[in-house]
Amino acid sequence: MKKAAKKNWYDYLYIASAIYLFLGLFNILFAWLGMLCFTIPLIISFKTGTKTYCNKYCGRGQLFNLLGKKLKLSRNKSMPNWMKSKVFRYGFLLFFLTMFSLMIFNTVLVFNGTRSLSQVVTLLWTFKIPWQWAYHITSAPLWVSQYAFGFYSIMLTSIVLGIITMAMYKPRSWCIYCPMGTMTQLVCVAKESANKTK
Amino acid sequence: MARKIARVDKSLCAACGACQKVCPRGAIYIFKGIYAAVDSNKCIGCSLCAKECPASIISMEKLEVEA
Repeated sequence: MKKAAKKNWYDYLYIASAIYLFLGLFNILFAWLGMLCFTIPLIISFKTGTKTYCNKYCGRGQLFNLLGKKLKLSRNKSMPNWMKSKVFRYGFLLFFLTMFSLMIFNTVLVFNGTRSLSQVVTLLWTFKIPWQWAYHITSAPLWVSQYAFGFYSIMLTSIVLGIITMAMYKPRSWCIYCPMGTMTQLVCVAKESANKTK
Repeated sequence: MARKIARVDKSLCAACGACQKVCPRGAIYIFKGIYAAVDSNKCIGCSLCAKECPASIISMEKLEVEA
């Protein structure tokens, strides 16, 4: 009988990833929690020069594995060569950072009153989905909610892209072109070359 | 005598660690967050890592060993 590998606490972080998406359906301010997925990987790679976050703690990778392997939702085919190329990976990172900057810009416009709060989630940077049910009037400033809508749009878009490539190719295909993964790898490369020149 | 061993295309590796997670011998590891590296002494050529790799950049190669 095959002996099951011992599970660690971090092997269950896919639950946190799933709950995060769920919470955004009820209150958009929970989207701010997603900042953890942006800051922790960078802090780890800057501090330790490793991709420990991707390798161990990424709940999103675990979620794709669960859907693709356990639930057998993946075709398990190889991804096309262009998708794993450095050009695509760095290009996608640049595109992602540009869209992230635009989202920050929109937040600034709401902050200084130039634009009103837009209660929509933009999926795949194109489709505007009304999301007003997740907005509840709070004492939080409007820009805080605007940022949350923008951030949740990014998180939902990346999950949708990840699910599409999980189904079409191998379960963790997203990990290959994940902008955070590419960024942390670049940090590790930079740290290593800095160490070599010392 | 020849046995199989995993070989990683380091230039395309995203260092995601999917291979490391499935290796039953701890023979594949992420080198400083840059790429996956194989310990040829530990690798038993089971090809689990090659099947798991999301980029399909791990191949199984023959390694000549003394009998």
